Amino acid sequence: MGEIHALVGENGAGKSTLMNILFGMPVIHQTGGYGGDVLLDGAPVRFESPAQAMAAGLGMVHQEFMLLPGFRVAENIKLNREPTKRTVLSRVAGRGLEMLDVPRMRADARRALDRVGLTVDEWLPVAGLPVGHMQFIEIAREVDKEMLRLIIFDEPTAVLTETEAVRLLDAMRVFAKAGVAVLFITHRLDEVKAVADRMTVLRDGEVVGTPDPRTTPVTRIAELMVGRPAQAPAERRAPGAGAATVLRCEGLHVRMPGEPVHDVSLEVRVGEIFGIAGLAGHGKLGIANGIMGLYPASGRVLLNGAPFALNDSRGALEQGLAFVSEDRRGVGLLPDESVELNIALSALEAQGRFLRPFPVPALRPLDQKALRAHALEMIRRLDIRTTGPTQHVRRLSGGNQQKVCVARAMTLSPRLLFVNEPTRGIDVGAKERVLQILAALNRDEGVTLVVTSSELAELRSLCDRIAIIYQGRVAATLPPDAPDAAFGLAMAGETAAA
Amino acid sequence: MTASEKRGRGVGSAIAGQAVPILFAVLCLFGIWVAKITPAFLLGELSARVGRNSVLVLSLLLPILAGLGLNFGIVIGAMAGQLAAVLIVHWGGKGILGFSEAWLLATPLAVLFGLVTGLLFNKAKGREMVTGLIAGFFANGVYQLLVLFAFGSLIPFHDPGMVLPQGYGLRNTVDLTTIQYAVDNLVALRVTLEGVVTRIPIITYVVVLAFCAFNLMFFRTKLGQQLRAMGQDPHVAAIAGIPVDRNRLIATILSTVFASWGQLLFLQNIGTLNTYSSHEQVGMFAIAALLVSGATVTRATVGQAILGTILFHTLFIVSPLAGKALAGDAQIGEYFRVFVAYAVITVALVLHAWQIARAERE
Amino acid sequence: MIDRLLGMVREMGVPRLLIAGFVVLLFATAVATHMDIAALVTDSIVRVARNGVLVLALLPAIQGGLGLNFGLPLGVICGLVGCVIALNAGIAGVAGLLVASGIGVALAVPAGAGYGWLLNRTRGQEMMVGTYLGFAAVSGMSIFWLLAPFTNPTLVWAIGGKGLRTTLSLGDSFAKVLDHWLQFTVLGVTIPTGALLAFLAMCALVWWFFRTRMGITITAARSNPRFARAAGISDTRTRVQASVLSTVLAAIGIVIYSQSYGFVQLYTAPLLMAFPAIACILIGGASVTRATVAHVIIGTFLFQSILTTALPVTSQVIEGDISETARLIIQNGMILYALTRMGKESA
Repeated sequence: MGEIHALVGENGAGKSTLMNILFGMPVIHQTGGYGGDVLLDGAPVRFESPAQAMAAGLGMVHQEFMLLPGFRVAENIKLNREPTKRTVLSRVAGRGLEMLDVPRMRADARRALDRVGLTVDEWLPVAGLPVGHMQFIEIAREVDKEMLRLIIFDEPTAVLTETEAVRLLDAMRVFAKAGVAVLFITHRLDEVKAVADRMTVLRDGEVVGTPDPRTTPVTRIAELMVGRPAQAPAERRAPGAGAATVLRCEGLHVRMPGEPVHDVSLEVRVGEIFGIAGLAGHGKLGIANGIMGLYPASGRVLLNGAPFALNDSRGALEQGLAFVSEDRRGVGLLPDESVELNIALSALEAQGRFLRPFPVPALRPLDQKALRAHALEMIRRLDIRTTGPTQHVRRLSGGNQQKVCVARAMTLSPRLLFVNEPTRGIDVGAKERVLQILAALNRDEGVTLVVTSSELAELRSLCDRIAIIYQGRVAATLPPDAPDAAFGLAMAGETAAA
Repeated sequence: MTASEKRGRGVGSAIAGQAVPILFAVLCLFGIWVAKITPAFLLGELSARVGRNSVLVLSLLLPILAGLGLNFGIVIGAMAGQLAAVLIVHWGGKGILGFSEAWLLATPLAVLFGLVTGLLFNKAKGREMVTGLIAGFFANGVYQLLVLFAFGSLIPFHDPGMVLPQGYGLRNTVDLTTIQYAVDNLVALRVTLEGVVTRIPIITYVVVLAFCAFNLMFFRTKLGQQLRAMGQDPHVAAIAGIPVDRNRLIATILSTVFASWGQLLFLQNIGTLNTYSSHEQVGMFAIAALLVSGATVTRATVGQAILGTILFHTLFIVSPLAGKALAGDAQIGEYFRVFVAYAVITVALVLHAWQIARAERE
Repeated sequence: MIDRLLGMVREMGVPRLLIAGFVVLLFATAVATHMDIAALVTDSIVRVARNGVLVLALLPAIQGGLGLNFGLPLGVICGLVGCVIALNAGIAGVAGLLVASGIGVALAVPAGAGYGWLLNRTRGQEMMVGTYLGFAAVSGMSIFWLLAPFTNPTLVWAIGGKGLRTTLSLGDSFAKVLDHWLQFTVLGVTIPTGALLAFLAMCALVWWFFRTRMGITITAARSNPRFARAAGISDTRTRVQASVLSTVLAAIGIVIYSQSYGFVQLYTAPLLMAFPAIACILIGGASVTRATVAHVIIGTFLFQSILTTALPVTSQVIEGDISETARLIIQNGMILYALTRMGKESA
């Protein structure tokens, strides 16, 4: 009897890295390798390639489909494990030129499909099949591997409908019954409770607990994943309920891959620091991205009571909004440009600042002096550690890059500033500094802040109110000093009734 | 992504797969009609041209299957064939025996050239086509250095008929009559049509058919399946344990070797080598011929290779004559056919990039 | 010390050092064999001024994220049409030069916009599409030159009277009007002041442009398209702007080239023109994703020096023209090197 072992953790907790190590993916060796041992049946193993891992009996159902759309179902199931027949040519030129044994490929595929309960014709091309089918074809491919000892499911239910997800959990039980061990990576804690025998929780690359999934409440598991508040909320004078509303969303939808927002309604008051929390994949990051026009959004948004046009990045900037993206390298920075240009660019684009006069507006030349002076001022104020304003931001540390992002947003002199994941991937000292800068910005300049973070603790120390997002909707809006259990419940989607 | 890719391909093949060859056929027929070309004349010209060009076109198929796109580097294979032909003729090789010796010499050269090209392609993933094109130009420089300066000086090569008066460097044209028609005339069928005698080179066509058969069979082997998987998605292929980089090398080497053989077949039909230009257009014309059939950067079949060769060379024969009949100037027709070759490649590249862009956007 | 030296080598790239070494070697040989150094330097400078703007035309395309603009012949054709129209109308001197450039630019703007539109729809394949679009345009224009209704008897073929000649002399028109302007000789080296100034002025103009709002926007969109979108910049627009600018500069570049050369070359002459220009900018230190005006100037000087000195110097040792062979190897070797290095230098 195989065990179903669940592996849970926030994004960036290290689940994918662990899987890459287990599977001998080249990326591990290309980026520095790993320490420690992997034991298979008590013996240490060290896979240098996926092929070796597979030969040792490991199988994997991937998060993204690892199927070839132009190949038939059977061809996908038997990919690189095709039964072959010898030919004259293959005797001369080696195994590569053996002919495919199509009848046997089909028969093998049929048998595997039957075992996972998929009735689809094995000779159909995969392209065009329903998404749910593809998941099961992946599983059938693993089933077909005779040597299979351990199968890894990497967030398999993310794309499935509810009934398909139930069938998938059934398939896992089939594997376990057949003596195959199952490693189940997921965010959905209810599924963990439904199917797992044991579980491991990861946070920041470390094991933080191995609670018994049958007896531990979901709230406790959620707490383990996001961590507990490290310090008491700072003393601050929050604007009361009577303060004017600066931003109001009604039924906001954002099509952001991996972080979809389905129906979010919330209100942000003038002068407050509003927090947005939630587990990865539930859409908390999509809200700011949607309002700032980075991903297609729909719904009703009011800015200071006036309708606000969505899907217009330039318009958002011109109306006094600013954004520090969670994807610093991808969206937040021009890595091969200077610190000073990075700081000034948004204001230069949206507000035409740092330019000298010229008859043709589009050809106004850069005001190098003003640019330099502003950059030096920002470097001083935010304590950006750099060799000088002309250094390329690629060469800065993560924390200093983040400060550059904040500096750029501040340069816009925004009325409302969105900050996503302010401290992701930066060292402890810089974390503290960035949070202080944000607090000071709110306190001294009256900028309204909307801070979205995976680290609940930092939100609870910084914010006046915190909205918890679950499955693309607001599950609850809590004060920072609400009990841990209330946060845990909301993150797990259990509304106040539970 | 998968569904959109399919849709992209559907639209692509509906346009490129059908309209292109039909348009070409219409263009050819129009030219035949204005220039009043007789079937006998056309057949005579075509039988030689299709025979000597088909293998070069077929040599493009494997890299396409493996996802490397159009192998503009086959020029380098053609150079291997040429070097072998020159050396064998110089050493006194004659007839089919001499041709076979050239074939034996060209093969290891082409393997080496193909290996180097393949390694380059692996260092420039995603830019194989432009890399192949430039690698062809670069190899042309090295080839010139070799035949123009090293032959007769560093490399002992004394042959007043082939070498420039200064004592080194090959002449602009090298006479290959000793191996001319070595394959074509092995068994040739004389066909008399409307009083015009056409010789159909039977063995040449047997070789072409053998190449077709090999390609067809190869697609159904384990290696063929691996290349096909890589062509669709190298990442998925790698996860399935397919040695992607090694297979890319194999596909490039095979393509280069086939190109060298193709160039040898071409030369034995022509009988003279334009030392400094015979190979230059090989890549462009073979690729244009393939694309004329409606093949794309990611999909090409044996049938398309043959159909394309026939259509493209019909246009080649017809357009100067049609140009003369229409505008009184054959030059126009010659410019036109070069324009068509380039335009066909441009359109295929645009369609290809268009599909990728659309697939990525969804 | 050794580390720093190795670092410098890596920064420069081995091929660049080899090429610089080759230039030094060529000049050293020339000195050792008592050749006319002044004449060699004169030739080199003339060719820098002649080719410079064509090399400069690549800069906006690289900075705009279009990569190496193999579609350069597109702009070249526009400039050639300008030259032919000016010649046909018999406009000579500086006026001819200006008319030719003006018409070239007027044609290059829509051509560049269309080219940019196409490149936006073929993202990721810009270099391949550009190459073959250029080839197709050149061969298509060959038909145009043959059929175009130009009547001036000095331009059309003497026999038959149909179609333009392959090479048109600018002797009576604007040949060398720039080269001869303020021309002077110092230490035996003749400086084509006007042409050199024109090139440097264009360089300054491009340098200035990339420090204006539009230029900065173009660079930002190339540097990180997602950043640009977040800042409200449409990178489809900046890419078209880059393509237009590149095409316009190519049109002006060929007019300056023709005045220096003294002839307008039609038909297949522009076919391979992009490649030596690309080699120049790469030798100067540019990559597929980054280029500066300094790269243009340094690269043009290094590569054109090789081309001018290789033939006279090597012909002292060997018979036959090795300069063309050397050009092929250096030029395409440099492009190959850049292609295989793509994506590595910034990582």
